[in-house]
Amino acid sequence: MSGADLATDLAGMHLTSPVLTAAGCGGRELAPFTDLAALGAVVTRTVTLDAQAGSPPPRVAETPSGLLHATGAQNPGLQGFLATELPWYGQQGVRVVVSISAGSLAEYGELARRLATASGIGAVEVHLAVPDAYQTGKVLNVVRRDLPRGTTVLAKLAPGGDVVDQARAAVDNGADAVVLCQGFPAMVLDPVTLRPVLGAGGGLLSGPAVHALALRCVWDVHAALPDVPVVGVGGIRSGFDALAMLLAGATAVQLGSVLLRDPSAATRIRHELLDELDRRDLDSAADAVGLAHQQPEGSSR
Amino acid sequence: MTTAAPETGAVQVVGEVLSVKRSGRYHHLTLVAPGVPERFRPGTFVAVTVGGAMAETTLRRALPVHRVRATGAYGGTVECVFEATDAGTRWLAAAAPGTPVDVVGPLGRPFALPKEPVTCVLVGHGCASAPLFSLAERLRERDCPVHMLLGAETEAGLFGALEARRATRGVTVATADGSVGLRGGVVDALPDLLTRTGADVVYAAGPADVLHGVALAAETHGAWSQTAVDVPHGCGTGLCLTCVLPVVGEDGGTRMVRACTEGPVFRGDRVRWRDLGGVPADARGAS
Ligand SMILES: Cc1cc2nc3c(=O)[nH]c(=O)nc-3n(C[C@H](O)[C@H](O)[C@H](O)COP(=O)(O)O)c2cc1C
Ligand code: FES
Repeated sequence: MSGADLATDLAGMHLTSPVLTAAGCGGRELAPFTDLAALGAVVTRTVTLDAQAGSPPPRVAETPSGLLHATGAQNPGLQGFLATELPWYGQQGVRVVVSISAGSLAEYGELARRLATASGIGAVEVHLAVPDAYQTGKVLNVVRRDLPRGTTVLAKLAPGGDVVDQARAAVDNGADAVVLCQGFPAMVLDPVTLRPVLGAGGGLLSGPAVHALALRCVWDVHAALPDVPVVGVGGIRSGFDALAMLLAGATAVQLGSVLLRDPSAATRIRHELLDELDRRDLDSAADAVGLAHQQPEGSSR
Repeated sequence: MTTAAPETGAVQVVGEVLSVKRSGRYHHLTLVAPGVPERFRPGTFVAVTVGGAMAETTLRRALPVHRVRATGAYGGTVECVFEATDAGTRWLAAAAPGTPVDVVGPLGRPFALPKEPVTCVLVGHGCASAPLFSLAERLRERDCPVHMLLGAETEAGLFGALEARRATRGVTVATADGSVGLRGGVVDALPDLLTRTGADVVYAAGPADVLHGVALAAETHGAWSQTAVDVPHGCGTGLCLTCVLPVVGEDGGTRMVRACTEGPVFRGDRVRWRDLGGVPADARGAS
């Protein structure tokens, strides 16, 4: 029996486990295969102010060790989400993080004001599509201003620009933690049509192919801003991948593509993470956070 | 390991390949998948992993179920018929007996069965007709007279014509090149069959253009149609929103709905066939 303590504190939010699902990759649909209440939290698919029908199919393509996706944020809109999805999570005792995205600052403000009065929201994750520190700061500022103090705000950054600058801009403007990161811009062409495979043209790459890239983002932000809580996401498919994110500086992790292949992966990875901690005599997940940055014992530098 | 799904009836099991046999252009796969047969209803499908343990990222392949056997030496098997069209299905076609395969299923909504013993016509194109045989069995249990109409481009593309003779009252075969049966497509042959049999319900499985034609013919004859739509799937469990198609709801509004959770079987008159593969401008987001 595993002894390590998985409970963790993410920017003031108490989580029973550091393993979360990633936006757009997990939700009610997983309930038949995995105990959602045993997860740290479920991050919803990204919700916009108005309902969106999404990108034309195909929306997902396989790549070597990866997945390319472009769903175009298909969602029922905030009102639909609050009426149908959110209450379900409450009934099931699942902690829910609401992912939001908007096309303008005014819309971000509107989303935040409406979420502020909704019950059962522990945290809001702001989906940032552009790797730009200035924009990131402005968006976070607007969202933070209108949410109650007790609501944790996570900023999910887009890779590409200087991720440390973006993280700094996010927390300076009120984000409690950063999520690293969105998928990486990518493309797949069809050998028959000689055109992009995805209906939307380009997409974002995720899966094991991006794990090392995402790990580097987590590492860099933790090295530069050690006090900023980080959530690591990208290509996690095993307990060790999750542990690696913690070692690089993440307080919690999110699972994305792996859930498409294996709908019970969240339970499996939670167990595997416990084993990985035990094997290394680590008493808790929190003890592992940032451990890879420490100098080996006896090192003089 | 078996993870059971109380609401949907789907389970996730580590199964294995029992056999893969060639069947003309197609492959007839038998999987050991305990727990799936008991929950199966015609029209539902399974989503299987491909590529083995090293293929950590590859998406699942969704396969319609031809037949299940709940008992026997292997404790529950599922049979699927498919064409090897990509790296994943080619791997499956070449898999040796004993190869472990993770199976999630049965998934999706099955064909709705009539309450009365009404006459039914089952229309299939190519190997998409595979799920119609277990459906035929269920319909006969309910004393529904069953007729089958099977088609393909050529004789080699037909699936199950012999089996259909055993399973149904009458079988009509159509090939585009006339190599066997009537010359033309199933949609050309359907109106006459509907008139002859006076069918009340049409069940169909095949490519979108065939289903579209079937739905129109059924409507013209005042019959009710149930179509199993074949669109690309990413996960089979409703997470990835890859399998969406525009469907008209009770309120007359169009929604992008998921074929894996709300389908694969839809009422033929509800699907916006012309807009398949796109997102109509008036479509709303999924629920
Ligand atoms: C099908 C699919 C849909 C996604 N939808 C969203 C989304 O709505 N919002 C978002 O912030 N990220 C979305 N993502 C990105 C994931 O949350 C995650 O950041 C990314 O996939 C990297 O993690 P992974 O490698 O574990 O998949 C989606 C990813 C996939 C594969
Ligand atoms: S196949 Fe993924 S949502 Fe239907």
